[in-house]
Amino acid sequence: MLGEGILKGMAETAKNFFLSYVSKERLTTVEYPEQRIPTVEAARVFPFLVYDGADWEAGLRCVACQICEKECPPKCIYIDKSKDKKPDYVGKQQFYPTRFDIDISVCMSCQICVEVCPFEAIKMDNEFELATDDRFGGLRYDRKQLARSNDYYHSIHPTEASEVDARLDEEKAKVEAKAKAAAEATAAKAAAPAPPAPPAGGGS
Amino acid sequence: MKSAEEIKAAIEAAVPGAGVEFVPNPGPAAEHSLRLAPASAVAVATFLRDDADLAFDFLSNVSGVDWPDREIAEKVKVARTVTKTVDGVEQSVEETVEETRKRVEPGCLEAVYHLYSVAKKHGPLVIRMKTANRIDQVELPSLTPVWRAAEFQEREVFDLYGIIFTGHPDLRRLLMWEGFKDHPMRKDYVEPDDYEYEPTPHDHVLKRAQERRAAEAALGTEGLRGCGTNKRETVNYEL
Amino acid sequence: MNATETKSERLDGWNRPPVIAPDGEGELLEVAMGPHHPSTHGVFRMDLALDGERVVRLKPVFGYLHRNHEKIAEQASYLASMPYTDRLDYICSLTNNWAYALAVEKLAGQEVPERVQYIRVILGELTRIQNHASSIGFLLQEMGASGTPLMYAFKEREKILDLFESLTGSRMMCNYMRFGGCRVDVSATWLDAARKVVAGLPQFVDEFETLLSSNEILMARCQGVGILRPELAVNAGVTGPMLRASGVDYDIRKVDRYGIYDRFKFRVPLGDHGDVYDRYMVRILEIRESIRIVEQALNDIPAGPIMDPKARIRGFRPKPGEAYGRIEAPKGELGFYLISDGGPNPYRYRVRPPSLINLTVLEDMCLGSNVADVVLIFGSVDIVLGEVDR
Repeated sequence: MLGEGILKGMAETAKNFFLSYVSKERLTTVEYPEQRIPTVEAARVFPFLVYDGADWEAGLRCVACQICEKECPPKCIYIDKSKDKKPDYVGKQQFYPTRFDIDISVCMSCQICVEVCPFEAIKMDNEFELATDDRFGGLRYDRKQLARSNDYYHSIHPTEASEVDARLDEEKAKVEAKAKAAAEATAAKAAAPAPPAPPAGGGS
Repeated sequence: MKSAEEIKAAIEAAVPGAGVEFVPNPGPAAEHSLRLAPASAVAVATFLRDDADLAFDFLSNVSGVDWPDREIAEKVKVARTVTKTVDGVEQSVEETVEETRKRVEPGCLEAVYHLYSVAKKHGPLVIRMKTANRIDQVELPSLTPVWRAAEFQEREVFDLYGIIFTGHPDLRRLLMWEGFKDHPMRKDYVEPDDYEYEPTPHDHVLKRAQERRAAEAALGTEGLRGCGTNKRETVNYEL
Repeated sequence: MNATETKSERLDGWNRPPVIAPDGEGELLEVAMGPHHPSTHGVFRMDLALDGERVVRLKPVFGYLHRNHEKIAEQASYLASMPYTDRLDYICSLTNNWAYALAVEKLAGQEVPERVQYIRVILGELTRIQNHASSIGFLLQEMGASGTPLMYAFKEREKILDLFESLTGSRMMCNYMRFGGCRVDVSATWLDAARKVVAGLPQFVDEFETLLSSNEILMARCQGVGILRPELAVNAGVTGPMLRASGVDYDIRKVDRYGIYDRFKFRVPLGDHGDVYDRYMVRILEIRESIRIVEQALNDIPAGPIMDPKARIRGFRPKPGEAYGRIEAPKGELGFYLISDGGPNPYRYRVRPPSLINLTVLEDMCLGSNVADVVLIFGSVDIVLGEVDR
């Protein structure tokens, strides 16, 4: 019969239409912004800097090694290194960035900066509703705008943050063990008895 | 599939005076190539396509490569006669001295073709052709009459590198607009800095554009915008 | 050209003398179809010369999306080019990544662990499924089906993109493959989610076919339209579903056997006539074959490392040499030709774009047909402008 194929197709569409009143999975539209799809843990949008503790300047993990600046494909990271040093989470003196700007109008969310950072200092955020009407600087984030606490990192990427914390704790434990061993060695050397006096009449 | 050397022998047997050179490829991939002389390239290509054994009927990829002029410093041992004082007597002595000689190897443009066979399901065979220099002798024969697949790709190589393919049915620019006057993929291409018409650029792009606009204002050529400053002519767009 | 030329002399090509129609009566109508056009799959222009409704000449013009990706790659390191390859064929970013990783691994002589090969096959075939489904959806959209088949295809595509997001972090610009491995490991939960999605795919393809394959309007518009002869297809370098719809048995997964494709049982669908309907059917059948491959791969995936232990992320400098690596991307043969001079950046980086080379025969297929058929033939070539222009 001519038109049989079209009728079969229409039957298919009609079936889907009527069943969408009955089964939830046939109704796939999510009416944004009133409804939202829950964000996935792995989702990445733009980077942010992690800081430990309460003070963002003192706890910033970044040591201004500038590796992310070099590896960034569109070169959207601008870093200025400090002249002085401040202690990091294990107590070692490190440089810090006096300027850390990311131009998010250029950033392409490739996550290479996160991959190459040796200090777990930069991670990916998942906020995407970032529209602004200031086109001359509103999309260039400085380090204050980029700094987010470690608790925030835990809230958006829980498994990743726990792994990072475990790694950092391990590093800290190793450093502390080494320091303890070094301290014990110097203490042992200081407490050792003075070498015996040379025997009288010896030598010459 | 036969190796590159065997194919070279087959070509030289079938197309006399072909001028085929074997180019080894260092590195782990070991995809050696054959360099063809431009004069006999079309004959060799037709042989490669029509031969029953080789049957390279599928041209996969045409690339252009830019090799700019290179300064090579070579250490050469040279024999020279030197007057030296030996035991108080002046003598002429033969000595070998190591000298550093600098020479400029002239650059060229190259077209690289990757051939496969759909009939025999083997490949790739890499063939290349070099131009004489980068400035005025930039012609190469087009292989479009042999493999239609080269049509758009040779146009792109002409557009981005400047190699002129003689015998191509429709050689004009492919990706850049007609009227554009440079070859962007060359190693010495200078990007224009005046494509940011709105004041959104920052850092070095903004600085360059401001310097250029100041220079134009001083010369009185302000308002003539186009694709670049020093090498290309400016075009008066009515915008 | 100087500043005193008039506008009409400068706009070369638009002021040619009128071309007389073949039967000697009247002029040909010259129309620029595009670049602002809903059916041209992006910014693409076709300069048509029409005799009434029939096409007498067709010249494609593109370059509107040219970003000089090849030059950017010469100034960036090998790793930094990987996110740029996502943006070539922006619908199938994982296969672009795979082709580039394959070429670099060939250049540097790197080995890839087995688990990674299986992951690559799974992601590559999922990409192929969602690409073919969208391509058919858009073809039907241009035929006038007003979005119903397109939305059916997109419903399934969303499920696959959700899988990509939970693994790589991004739905489309995945940036997942690395040289010698991949970025993160697949977890058991992800594999279960993938199995669920794949289990629902055969029913989707059945529904899609019930809707479309025996539809009289589709058959009348697509059969016998845009015929491509196999000899011309091979000589013009056409690859992918277009080549197989013309009857030429050439699938790079079977010919080169890159990765571990020789371990999977799958067939290669071929067409008889080389018209638009055959290309549509080849794509549907390829979706079915891809589902089979993914099921086999999900069953057999072994445990193991996901990165070659000798590979380095930073400071990657392959030895001088060159290599050409190609894969069967959903649109055709996607190849990367790399020349290394021992430095951290490639000396020459060339992308062999399947969409561009498949367009070589567009004029041949469209001569003599109506403008409405031009839209269909162009849709059946299945191009993406990011790849054509790079």
